[in-house]
Amino acid sequence: MTARMIDKVWTGIFYAVAAAVIGLLMFFFAVVLSKGAGFWQPEFLFGRPSNTQAGGGIGPQLINSFYMLVVTLLLSVPLSLGAGIYLAEYAKQGRIVGFIRLCLEAMASLPSIVVGLFGLLAFVTLTGWGYTLLGGALAVTIINLPGLTRICETAILDVPANIKEGSLALGATRWQTLVKAVLPAAIPQIVTGVILSAGRIFGEAAVFIYTAGLTTPMLRWDADWSSQANPLNVFRPAETLTVHIWKLNSEGIVPDAKLIAAKSAAVLMVAVLLFNLAARLASSLLARHFSGGRRARRGRGERSKAA
Amino acid sequence: MQQMHTKRRNRWLEEYIGRTFAVISGWLIVLITVTMIIFLAVKGIQSFTDSGLSLSDMLLSAQWDPNGTPPKYGALIFIVGSMLVSLGALLISAPIALALAIFMNFIAPKWFVSLLKPVLELLVGIPSVVYGWLGVTILVPLLREWFGGSGFSLLAGIIVLSMMILPTITSIAADALANVPMAYMEASYGLGSTRWQAISRVIVPAAKAGIATGVVLGLARAFGEALAVQMVIGNTIKLPSGLDSPTATLTSVLTMDMANTINGTPWNNALWTLALILLLISFFFIAVIRLVGPRKER
Repeated sequence: MTARMIDKVWTGIFYAVAAAVIGLLMFFFAVVLSKGAGFWQPEFLFGRPSNTQAGGGIGPQLINSFYMLVVTLLLSVPLSLGAGIYLAEYAKQGRIVGFIRLCLEAMASLPSIVVGLFGLLAFVTLTGWGYTLLGGALAVTIINLPGLTRICETAILDVPANIKEGSLALGATRWQTLVKAVLPAAIPQIVTGVILSAGRIFGEAAVFIYTAGLTTPMLRWDADWSSQANPLNVFRPAETLTVHIWKLNSEGIVPDAKLIAAKSAAVLMVAVLLFNLAARLASSLLARHFSGGRRARRGRGERSKAA
Repeated sequence: MQQMHTKRRNRWLEEYIGRTFAVISGWLIVLITVTMIIFLAVKGIQSFTDSGLSLSDMLLSAQWDPNGTPPKYGALIFIVGSMLVSLGALLISAPIALALAIFMNFIAPKWFVSLLKPVLELLVGIPSVVYGWLGVTILVPLLREWFGGSGFSLLAGIIVLSMMILPTITSIAADALANVPMAYMEASYGLGSTRWQAISRVIVPAAKAGIATGVVLGLARAFGEALAVQMVIGNTIKLPSGLDSPTATLTSVLTMDMANTINGTPWNNALWTLALILLLISFFFIAVIRLVGPRKER
């Protein structure tokens, strides 16, 4: 075979591999959505689960998943923004930053089951809370923190230097420059990153088994604030949708466990799709809103040329 | 005058509070990491300090029988299971990921790349339980038909994991390839090479440090994945006799058994030792990445 033919053959192979991967994703969606057809029915999405009869819903699990997401974002966004600011603006390059980066890497590499077990030690046993939504949120914050910190740090570093210099030259302090000039320019990237990691929090499961637990109390909106039945009480066990699928698969005794698992998987797939679309939409809308597109691109070009 | 004075003080306060918050958040990361290591290490060594196991009992024996008399806590099955399933996944996934990365950087037309990128992002986004569910619903029955047996097997775990780590390896390998200077490509074209010759002999070798990083990260992710593997691997406590035989991994046994044991018992201690082993292995992967990865130029 001549070199030219070999080249053609390999080009063909590459196209085939890429097409196969796209086909695979489409196949996944087709399977999940067809097996889980009917997941959009309100009585399934918002209904109470049944332990014995077919036809139960996933209402409490869906509430738990969303509430977990909200609490986790409330914890992890300020922390990772702070850490990102510290790494990008304040920390002196050198050994200390190197050490913090090593810790971030170590944290990011930990399997989520290991973080879940740490959560079991720290937020379940040591605090005496038992399995709680807050414990789950704290544990998943640990998983989320390295990625989000990195997103915030890069977003801040990607802001063109002239924006910062202009603000400092006008006599603004470092913090004023950061809050009023740098962060607004970095917001599009940060928001996109936060939405994408929100998708990941929503899909996380292993970390919750030993922190948020496998059960949910009977939720009543009129329950007392301190009662475990109050949906907004963070000190209550909270089985998320992902954990629900896992539990149905391993110990489901409901007659329609398989169908509920399939429908729940479909809900998760749709959620993943929505989170990705939202991230895309947010990044293009915000980029247009905050930086007028062209100028930002030129600024970035200059930066990379200088580097 | 008075007003100006307070304004200036507020600004100073703001500056101070903002900076303090940033510094605290930065150091909190160190604190959390160190606390996790200490907690897991303290629990993990109790097998040796409290239950009187020796390190070789734990690491080299394939006898895991917590209910036996005397109970045995050899973790070899789980360590071997974890290794086989993640190396197997890597064997499938790494070549495909490298092909995708090459395709996206040098071969695909623009529209194809803009189709492929969201596809990879969605593949990353699919939750691990959904991968596990797909494995149980589609893959396991298929394997049952082909090989007989239950279908829950090492192979099922390998295939499910290979799909989960594909986007990880692809995106890092693609970045590594994109960082190879265009001049390399042009120079080899100038010497009369075809595109494939340039890619296989110049571009890929030039990016091999970055590609290796992606591969190790993929391996680390496979090693740590718990639920998807646990759902399809069968969780039989024995060394696998072949690809179609069920087995167990470090993560799967932790997922299943931790809730069934009582704090402080030898069985519980042994499970915490498994968690510590997982922690140490993931640190080992970081060390490898730091050794093989490209030097960072900041």
